[in-house]
Amino acid sequence: MGNVIAALLVLGILGALFGLVLSVASKIFEVKKDPREEAILSHLAGANCGGCGFPGCGGCAAAILAGTAPVTACAPAGPENAAAIAKIMGQEAPTGERQVAFVRCNGGTNAVKRYEYVGVKDCISATKVAAGPLECAFGCLGFGSCVNACQFGAMSIGPGGTAVVDPDKCTNCGACMSACPRKLIVSVPANEKKVKVACANKDKGKAAMSVCKASCIGCGLCQKECKKDAIHVVDGVAVVDGEKCIGCKLCTKVCPRDAILPIATAEEKEKYKAIKKAQAEKAKAAAEAKAAESAQ
Amino acid sequence: MDTVFSLLAISLGAILSNNFIFSQFLGICPFLGVSKKVDTAVGMGFAVTFVMGLASAITWLVNTFILVKFDLMYMQTVAFILVIASLVQFIEMFLQKSMPTLYTALGVYLPLITTNCAVLGVALLNIQNNYSFIESVVYGITGGLGFLLAIVLFASIREKLIFADYPKCWDGFPIALVTAGLMALAFMGFSGLQVW
Repeated sequence: MGNVIAALLVLGILGALFGLVLSVASKIFEVKKDPREEAILSHLAGANCGGCGFPGCGGCAAAILAGTAPVTACAPAGPENAAAIAKIMGQEAPTGERQVAFVRCNGGTNAVKRYEYVGVKDCISATKVAAGPLECAFGCLGFGSCVNACQFGAMSIGPGGTAVVDPDKCTNCGACMSACPRKLIVSVPANEKKVKVACANKDKGKAAMSVCKASCIGCGLCQKECKKDAIHVVDGVAVVDGEKCIGCKLCTKVCPRDAILPIATAEEKEKYKAIKKAQAEKAKAAAEAKAAESAQ
Repeated sequence: MDTVFSLLAISLGAILSNNFIFSQFLGICPFLGVSKKVDTAVGMGFAVTFVMGLASAITWLVNTFILVKFDLMYMQTVAFILVIASLVQFIEMFLQKSMPTLYTALGVYLPLITTNCAVLGVALLNIQNNYSFIESVVYGITGGLGFLLAIVLFASIREKLIFADYPKCWDGFPIALVTAGLMALAFMGFSGLQVW
């Protein structure tokens, strides 16, 4: 019995002693952690998707705290959480509508193939074999590197052979954008009325026309047609300014290549052509009448 | 001179002929788990060396001045686990405060060492072999160096293994275990080593 008590006492005292040393040490060697980091972390998505470019949500919270990342760094968390983080950081809440990823290519079956690629089903691998199986050096390869990168099941390879985004599921985390070897995926406003250019081919005219049936050739018709100055040909490809676009879709009706989504039907195009013709004639008649009037 | 020779014999034994990994099979968990890259293996090796040296010293003191005094030798395992766990915790706190760079370099490996049987093994072996305080510390540090040697050699082989053309079903741990077994065989060659 004496043995048991001695063992209990000695080990108990030993344990208590170590515990005491540790608790004192934890006070002496305490590393002050900013309580805001924990608070920011609770407002992040917590999926550890890596879309922000930091190692996990903890890394992102530390970066936001250090000021090296914006309060909106976590796209999946949404604007409410971004606003909450902004409040923690003592900043103004960011404004702006929800954004989703968009694949700037409508090639797929429209695009001209250079050879049949039979290697590993991965876009990066495919681009390594003679710069990819497509004639178009900009187009979507359709092997689904972005589909694999998406943690939210929002990406798929559509019937047209290119990657498509499900805007309802997309959180705009950016994982697909960094997975795409051709950098085809960008953030666009989630508003479906607004137009999007589904081509990233920077070649002009014939060079762009020969590689794909749905390529932007940089003709600039859309730019002339736009009343809001929202679409411009930059570097040989039309680019929409999501903030200025009001979704009137005039540009889609004049695009000769059907490169602007939503694609206008032939009927709509004819109708718009007729309206424009009528308008032009009216203007011409008015001008002639005016000229006649001044002659008199 | 005798002490110098006995220390030399202990060191050579701990590093080569009685290597903790390859002939005593202690500390296999971190050996297999943290040996995919040479960099991390070196970090783990030094962390283990550090903790083994310190643990040897403190457990020897605890054993000689507390357990033997109260005739509680049979509680060695429990007491040593207590000592090692608190020691690792203490070192972690100390490093985080005073040497943050080393702390981030060791990272997750430091807490892992708490449950490393090589550390408990060295403490128990010190008592079993009736080592003096100096001998215990030397055995602890050289045992850690033996671990470092083993894990770095193993990690460099595993890095090369990526390019080897072995059947796919051997991928990962199977091929690592076969490699470890072959290395253990090679280290058996040291068992006949005679210093003088």
